[in-house]
Amino acid sequence: MKQTRFIDLVPHIVLIAGVLIFAYPIYVTLIGSTWDAGTIGRGGLPLWPGGEGAANYAQAWVGEAGERAMYTPVRTMMLNSLVMALSIALGKIAISILSAYAVAFFRFPLRMAFFWLIFITLMLPVEVRIIPTYKVVADLGLINTYAGLAIPLIASATATLLFRQFFLTIPDELLEAAKIDGAGPVRFFIDVVLPLSRTNIAALFVILFIYGWNQYLWPLLVTSSGDMETIVTGITKMIGTGESANDWHIIMATTVLAMLPPVAVVVFMQRWFVKGLVDSEK
Amino acid sequence: MQRRVTFDSRLLPYLLLAPQVAVTLVFFIWPAANAIWQSVHLQDAFGIRSEFVWFENFTHVLGDPNYLDTLKTTVIFSVAVTVLAMGVALLLAVLADSKIKGASAYKTLLIWPYALAPAVAAVLWMFIFNPDIGSFGRALRALGFDWDYRLNGGQALLMVILAASWKQVSYNFIFFLAGLQAIPRSVMEAASIDGAGPVRRFWTITFPLLSPTTFFLLVVDMVYAFFETFGTIHALTQGGPGKATETLIFRVYQDGVVNNDLGGSSAQSVILMVIVIALTAVQFRFVERKVHYS
Repeated sequence: MKQTRFIDLVPHIVLIAGVLIFAYPIYVTLIGSTWDAGTIGRGGLPLWPGGEGAANYAQAWVGEAGERAMYTPVRTMMLNSLVMALSIALGKIAISILSAYAVAFFRFPLRMAFFWLIFITLMLPVEVRIIPTYKVVADLGLINTYAGLAIPLIASATATLLFRQFFLTIPDELLEAAKIDGAGPVRFFIDVVLPLSRTNIAALFVILFIYGWNQYLWPLLVTSSGDMETIVTGITKMIGTGESANDWHIIMATTVLAMLPPVAVVVFMQRWFVKGLVDSEK
Repeated sequence: MQRRVTFDSRLLPYLLLAPQVAVTLVFFIWPAANAIWQSVHLQDAFGIRSEFVWFENFTHVLGDPNYLDTLKTTVIFSVAVTVLAMGVALLLAVLADSKIKGASAYKTLLIWPYALAPAVAAVLWMFIFNPDIGSFGRALRALGFDWDYRLNGGQALLMVILAASWKQVSYNFIFFLAGLQAIPRSVMEAASIDGAGPVRRFWTITFPLLSPTTFFLLVVDMVYAFFETFGTIHALTQGGPGKATETLIFRVYQDGVVNNDLGGSSAQSVILMVIVIALTAVQFRFVERKVHYS
């Protein structure tokens, strides 16, 4: 057997250092969520868990007044984030698969015009048109509603392009056979196209769920009442200016809960996640 | 571009397109057109009358030394985030791709930060580097550094750069790894037999063959640094202290939402749109070339 040389260990050392740099902040937050506000506020957070974990999470979850302020309960914020993330992910997938089906399987006047219209949205991220989009949403009376949170974000050029690309690989013979059997476009979509798109839908769902859950600027604009707060914007509102006299234990418990759903999705659906990511950027 | 066999239906394709087109028109095209209209008009104090002012808003914005400072901050921030995120990711990907034990465990442990929101990444960094409660922040002070990113502009910029890059490494890592795995082993083995060492193999074979991935990530990271890091900055420094960490996108928000300057904010939005269109165009030229490669 070959002797292990020091040089062979270098990759491991670097990789472990990398893993630690990414894990350490999470570890600190996990530990912090099990201590009391005083210990964290004084800056004396130990490296081992304290005994306040259950109490902190319970307090964050129901949102009873902390020592210093009132917060929106985490259960409300988690529900809002969940509704927003699911609406964005499922909404994007639904309207994109339908429009891709139209563009790929039909010949009709203005087909390419519609295609380009959808394509242009790639160049208009919400960040560059915040004020006018906010105005439209306000005029429609959608401020502080789930519809206002989700609908402006569900148009998707990338998902449409991805589905269209995939639909072009469905063999013509399949379509001809379906036509001979007398299946119309709706039947064909439900019986053939949807089942064939299963993995693409799953992969996209993972990416879009994370995208939806992590939205920041848009929820910040269109929600003003506490009971419509999403969890990611909720955390920064709890922190305020970051003084040492904060309810840090509650903030850290909330941060852990905010990370949990998207991280779980990435870890448990890793294969679909990587596929969705690489596909949707092609 | 089009299938040979298609369905015949006069109405159905339009119905299928309707939801997507409706959302696009109402929430994308109309607001974007509005931003362009606003950017060449000046509203009176009551918002009742507006006057066509040509490019006055633009000359005003571009002539403002504060805006040029913000532009400078944005360039420093974006270049630093892109270089850091790509450099670290490439190093880790090359190592994780080599035949070492536990490669797949390392992969899992390195890709999950993708799931974190930029704002959450910022909050995690605050927990560590806050001068009052963070372990590293306090350690720096104990060592005699005057560490407080809430007061020192340079430190604040460093903080947002590090937090933003930290979050983006995993994305770059995934794509570099996919790119590395597409390089045929036989090429590397041939070079190895010819006596090329690992470093030489990397620069003469791996790096050139990775260039499509590198270029793609360059554009994606720039877009990320320009737009998606709003959350990082908002959560960590609020653009401050002073305007030390104010990027272009943060300023649009600040001027439009907080200061309610519609014309100026719209002109800035239009400038940002031009930047996105330029970046997207660059990206698509690259996609064409990538097709050429394969």
